Amino acid sequence: MKVLMFGWEFPPFISGGLGTACHGLTQAMSQLGCEILFVLPKTTGEVDIQGPLSVFGADGYPMKDRVVKVGEHSLNLYQEYVEKEASFKTIEFKSPLMPYQNEEEYYLNYEKMEKERLCSIDLKSKSNYGSVTSKVIGEYEFQGGYGAHLMEEVYRFGRFGAEVAMNESFDVIHAHDWMTYPAGIAAKYSSGKPLVIHVHATEFDRSGNSVNQSVYDLERHGMHEADKICAVSHRTKQIIVDHYGIDSSKVEVVHNAVVKNSEDLPIYDRGIKEKTVLFLGRITMQKGPDFFIDAAHLVYKRLKDVQFIMAGSGDLYKRMINRVASLGMQNRFHFTGFLRGAELDRVFSVSDLCIMPSVSEPFGIVPIEAMRFGLPVIVSKQSGVSEILDHAIKIDFWDTELLAEKIIEVLSNEEKTMSMIQKNNENLERIDWKYAAAQIINLYGDFYRD
Amino acid sequence: MISVCLYFQIHQPYRIKKNYSFFDIGLNGQYFDDELNYSVMRKVAEKCYLPAGKILLDLIKKLDGQFKLSFSISGVALEQMQSCSPETIDLFKALVDTGCVEMLSETYYHSLAHLFSEREFKAQVKLHKDKVKELFGVKPMAFRNTELLYDNRLAEIVEGMGYKAILTEGANRILGWRTPNFVYQPKTCSKINLLLKNFILSDDLAFRFSNRNWPGWPLTAEKYASWIHNIAGSGEFVGLFMDYETFGEHQWKDTGIFDFLGNFPEAFLKHKDTAFVTPSETVKCFQPMAKIDVPNTISWADLERDTSAWMGNPLQDSSLSEIYELESKVRKKGDPELTAIWRKLQTSDHFYYMCTKWSSDGAVHKYFNHFDNPEASWVCYQNVVNDFRRRL
Repeated sequence: MKVLMFGWEFPPFISGGLGTACHGLTQAMSQLGCEILFVLPKTTGEVDIQGPLSVFGADGYPMKDRVVKVGEHSLNLYQEYVEKEASFKTIEFKSPLMPYQNEEEYYLNYEKMEKERLCSIDLKSKSNYGSVTSKVIGEYEFQGGYGAHLMEEVYRFGRFGAEVAMNESFDVIHAHDWMTYPAGIAAKYSSGKPLVIHVHATEFDRSGNSVNQSVYDLERHGMHEADKICAVSHRTKQIIVDHYGIDSSKVEVVHNAVVKNSEDLPIYDRGIKEKTVLFLGRITMQKGPDFFIDAAHLVYKRLKDVQFIMAGSGDLYKRMINRVASLGMQNRFHFTGFLRGAELDRVFSVSDLCIMPSVSEPFGIVPIEAMRFGLPVIVSKQSGVSEILDHAIKIDFWDTELLAEKIIEVLSNEEKTMSMIQKNNENLERIDWKYAAAQIINLYGDFYRD
Repeated sequence: MISVCLYFQIHQPYRIKKNYSFFDIGLNGQYFDDELNYSVMRKVAEKCYLPAGKILLDLIKKLDGQFKLSFSISGVALEQMQSCSPETIDLFKALVDTGCVEMLSETYYHSLAHLFSEREFKAQVKLHKDKVKELFGVKPMAFRNTELLYDNRLAEIVEGMGYKAILTEGANRILGWRTPNFVYQPKTCSKINLLLKNFILSDDLAFRFSNRNWPGWPLTAEKYASWIHNIAGSGEFVGLFMDYETFGEHQWKDTGIFDFLGNFPEAFLKHKDTAFVTPSETVKCFQPMAKIDVPNTISWADLERDTSAWMGNPLQDSSLSEIYELESKVRKKGDPELTAIWRKLQTSDHFYYMCTKWSSDGAVHKYFNHFDNPEASWVCYQNVVNDFRRRL
């Protein structure tokens, strides 16, 4: 089985859970013998004189040329991935577009990229750059008014999807989240192959009730054009059925998982010895950082030494800092900013309890990551992950008094907490990407079984 | 008859490391960005302290005792000059040795201590006094507080410490219809006298000198001297108080600021009945004209001329209450190294970086801020303080 997959992020360049999930899933699928061609736009701003479209993988794509041009840092990270994952290739499409950003942020990124690109042109012969550009990307005029708007980018990526579909051979198309739906649909029409869309989040999760109509329309269109829909939780499936008018038989729930290395978890020096409660995630309305601070303040007043960490960044970051300062919790409430790679492991390893008070969470991988580090977890009932965590404490996101009570209980009752961690570990055994991968490959098989 | 009282302020903080993170708490006791602090001191010494100092020294020699001025150099700036730019210290020694340069007292750590702890305030003033004595062999008799922060209470404390003069901003709201060009006396004091900054003439140099849209541009030494001469008859002295960095750093060399500095004293002295006076001489020469009542703290900062550059928003207030809450623990511990760190963390600049006011003053705050935004500086400062608390 060969799959043409459209995604937005892929490690090491990730901004949220989507890239991590795509990585875990594709790795498990390729281990089961599935061949994957992963296509994504990228925003790292490397110098790329071959034009925005480039191809690389471990199987003879013109990678060597490219490696020379990639910045030192990204080069090493990429090589690591390439060596590990010999069975699938990745195609890049240079774009300032990133998920979870508004148009203003997008525009800033775009300007930055343009500046970098113009600098790189100065170093090379202009005519060379121009000719390659027009040859490779055809109708896109990247040197002109290239993408001042997020939506426009999505459609451009869609046209790119059609082009890729004509050049490559595959059996199934699989598109992750709304921004890739136009690409998936275009690939479906240009190849006649079945389309699976994978819903990691919906506009209702991201925006609450102030839904962006164009995003909603794209999501709805994708769902209706899809031959099958994967939803990351029953919660998400319900939203798809209720808000997008999809027949529930077309939607299959495929829960996410985590990549489990056989290596021992790293151990870090722990500067803060007191009990520490962790919030990790984008600091946005969807993730409920306000509720974490409310509960933290209740605990702060009752337990003397407990420390709190808010790890991540987002549009509410500054507001949360000002709230903590106003509440006078600065001596026990810490902000780390955006964390990646080893820093993520580190923040888990110096914490004693992980809270995910999301207002609306299609899945939510953070508690599972936390469990790998032996942390007890408290999750909101409004999260998809709560469906597969049998022993986590579950609360309503708005019930900060109960949350505070539970935090105190976990931190004070060691025996009970130990037994919870034990049960979590057993639970963790049953959470593996191989189950999700098998489920999806089986679902592909249905297209060809008749 | 009109006199000019010149006072230049010099201060450089120990900036904390921009990348001091949450993960450093409990593990990393190195808070200050030595590299950045070194390079700033070297840069400012080269652009301002050294070239301006040489001009001043030449002027004093050339004018044979007629040209006088005063400096206030924070203790943390003096320390950093000693370690990063010893030639700057030597130049200041040479200036003080002429007998025409008065050194003023201030808090060693350029702090807001008088608003939070009288005991700590006095301790820092004493440290600074000792440092000035050690380096320059003189005993300061006039006082200026951090950024000219001032109120009745401060005047009482400083009077109690034996000072004869205190300097502050000639803010409109304390003067009302009165002119800053006379000596005044703090309302609740009977010995110490008050010298006020003529902020129009001071800011002509410090802020407007190179502004081509300003009607006064280009400002020549003769023009500026004539503005001061015009005051004769309606005032006794003009307090020109400003950052020393005005010369070469805020106003770059190519604006002609150094030529101005070199020409102004002679241009001013050309007129009969003119003189340069130091702050201590000013209060000896002139009797106080009236009492001035300042119940609420003023300063020379921003348009508001109050404390709002350093306190008032949650970021600043939480940080200030946090650092001063540690006072009793620090004293109890009695460790000289930790006490010095605690005091370096009191330096007003840390709270200035957390200012969230917007306007042209916001831009000034930004210029002096090595952090990306007020929140980032708060997070970093709290990480440092949270580590520091663990060491007490």
